[in-house]
Amino acid sequence: MAEYGFGNPEIVEEELDILIIGGGMAACGAAFEVGKWAKASGKDLKIKLVDKAALSRSGAVAQGLSAINTYIGDNDPSDYVRYVRNDLMGIIREDLVYDIGRHVDDSVHNFEDWGLPIWKQPGDEGKPLREGGKPVRSGRWQIMINGESYKWIVAEAAKNALGMDRIQERTFIVRLINDKNDPTRIAGAAGFSVREHKLYIYKFKTCLLVCGGAVNVFRPRSVGEGTGRAWYPVWNAGSTYSMAAEAGAEMTMMENRFVPARFKDGYGPVGAWFLLFKAKVMNGAGEDYSTLRADIIKDEKRFGKYGQGVPGTCLRNHIMLEEMINGRGPIYMDTPTAMKKLAEKMTPKEIKHLEAEAWEDFLDMTISQCGIWAGENIEPEKQPSEIMPTEPYLLGSHSGCAGIWVSGPTDIPGAPKEWSWGYRSMTTVKGLFTAGDGVGASGHKFSSGSFAEGRICAKSMVKYCLDNKDLKPELQRGAAELAEEIYKPVKNYLLHKDYTTDIDINPHFISPKMLQFRLQKIMDEYVAGVGTYYRTNGKMLEVAEGKLEMLKEDSLKMRAKDLHELLRAWENFHRIMAAEAHMKHIQFRTETRYPGFYYRMDHNYIDDENWKCFSNSTYDRTTHKWTLKKVPYVQLIKD
Amino acid sequence: MPTYVRTEKCDGCKGQDKTACMYICPHDLMLLDKDGSLTGHPMKAYNQEPEQCWECYSCVKICPQNAIEVRHYADVVPMGAQVQPLRGSDSIMWTIRFRNGTIKRFKFPIRTTAEGSADPYGGKPEANLAEIDDPTVLFTKWLHKGDASQFLHSK
Repeated sequence: MAEYGFGNPEIVEEELDILIIGGGMAACGAAFEVGKWAKASGKDLKIKLVDKAALSRSGAVAQGLSAINTYIGDNDPSDYVRYVRNDLMGIIREDLVYDIGRHVDDSVHNFEDWGLPIWKQPGDEGKPLREGGKPVRSGRWQIMINGESYKWIVAEAAKNALGMDRIQERTFIVRLINDKNDPTRIAGAAGFSVREHKLYIYKFKTCLLVCGGAVNVFRPRSVGEGTGRAWYPVWNAGSTYSMAAEAGAEMTMMENRFVPARFKDGYGPVGAWFLLFKAKVMNGAGEDYSTLRADIIKDEKRFGKYGQGVPGTCLRNHIMLEEMINGRGPIYMDTPTAMKKLAEKMTPKEIKHLEAEAWEDFLDMTISQCGIWAGENIEPEKQPSEIMPTEPYLLGSHSGCAGIWVSGPTDIPGAPKEWSWGYRSMTTVKGLFTAGDGVGASGHKFSSGSFAEGRICAKSMVKYCLDNKDLKPELQRGAAELAEEIYKPVKNYLLHKDYTTDIDINPHFISPKMLQFRLQKIMDEYVAGVGTYYRTNGKMLEVAEGKLEMLKEDSLKMRAKDLHELLRAWENFHRIMAAEAHMKHIQFRTETRYPGFYYRMDHNYIDDENWKCFSNSTYDRTTHKWTLKKVPYVQLIKD
Repeated sequence: MPTYVRTEKCDGCKGQDKTACMYICPHDLMLLDKDGSLTGHPMKAYNQEPEQCWECYSCVKICPQNAIEVRHYADVVPMGAQVQPLRGSDSIMWTIRFRNGTIKRFKFPIRTTAEGSADPYGGKPEANLAEIDDPTVLFTKWLHKGDASQFLHSK
């Protein structure tokens, strides 16, 4: 029996029908739905879920949430489409968004059944949503929850649905493998245990790639210990985008990024403050600049019709950025005025409750912001707090729409037939599905919508397995080749570690930490990071392209001194691909569709005539070349 | 705001191979220093990469000895504050100490059902294979009524 150890893993091969790659909300939705359809099929489908962390706290909802941002309730799904379309500057896959809108509420009803406390209006306490209990809405689409254990509860239901024998934690999938007999079909995936010396190679009919978005691709505003305080979870490494692109899946809208304006440094949420507590922002002089300078976006030459009605999120950012650039900062959330106004008609007990709600808003989902309040001696009723736009993030489920181009539902009137190719949420690679952050051109689904989309995928994937029951996948790449590629950072370390007296300073390898800093610097300086106030141009993107090319070459020299560092190394391989996709798309779209998120300064206007369309791309693994194209946008829901 | 482990409270999860904090950390930060060679404290846990800590508090909440606390990001937050939870089965209690000594305590519900009891399929229908092609159907058979007149085109 061979002696397995560091760099010499045991290779474990497994054959499945369905592999769920990831453990977040979308993955839990799939885990919930898949068993019922597998059972109905009468076939003994082999299903597994692999999470690089532990299901109870993995993904973006780890800390909890203070609101569920997508609950349709008494609204109509068509209005949900209008809201998403307006916020994402007119370009969305309306069929996918409508599909989420009509399915999502049921998922929220289930969360409540399982134990998630949902705020109800007075008189409806204890009355479930599914029985007509009225939720407390912060905004039109958002409902307030006591969500500290949101992920814990949802994961528990997923575990009880799928069974722990079909869930494998601490296994990081890093490579998808195409079919030897059909490169447009997926056949398997490879990854490694973060705890033991084991390499896993899965062969399967179909997989759901749901590893979240991409964080720490750009240099963050805080750079010491503060690097960890990302707005989106710091463990989202762009794995979804990277693995899909390398497998040849068509990507869409990867130029889009989300730049949230949040409480400074802690990145605490502003939704409840704006929508529930009715707080306003102000500049350093205490002025309501968003009213005073509202007309900036009415310049039709630059902003088209998008600045005429309710401004999308990026346009509100734009007004804030203009304030900052012109030296009228800092920007504040005027919490004292909001609380004073609310307290006018309140009893002392109600005022205490209001204070608790303000703190719970952070404690349920961004505890760090409380740390900042406590450290800076800020009590929100006495002192305002700074607001600042963050570094850019890539994601498809929140207020961004970067991601993968997927097949839509077949029953939406007006949807072009090119938008459906057999299975809802399948990518252009047969058998490769995605949901949540992975699906592009359909933002604003948030946690509940991601769960719902995972459910929709599970059903489609079972159908795919039944339609392909005689399919015999064959891996394009062998176990030995995969093991060598996956463990290369370990080999780099073991081979060269004794060349110098300090393993951190060695000309033969680079630590994942330093490589990440280098990536972040390139992206910040050339691809519209905070350092340039989110501005770039064609020349800067060209320079970025050259630097990313050299970075990719050097990434093969990353070291991994232990399994933890191997995890970091592969997260960085994924980050680089996500960064490259983002850069190529920004390069392709010669307009500024999302002012406030990024600016092509050489085309600093919205150009509906030439660019009201999707930007789609495919990556060739062998030539390392990206091919970009325009895909027509089609409106399905009336204005 | 990285987590830190209190030497007097941590017992390495009673000598098991894997500690609760190692089990739960979404970013693989917590590590048990078995022989003490990494920290000088044998059989105690520590955060091996504090600048990657999201401050999600998953480890703080799960530690059976309440041995993990958080010292807010040293390069961002003034010293002297602490935000510490005590997570129960249906509620969580937060104690917040300000730098200036002010203390606030809050208690919030976290769950309306018993730990472990989330029943995904109780009282739910079976899936009907005949509906596997129907985009309006998930196994729970619930769909939001949509106003069909809002589409630009008809079916």
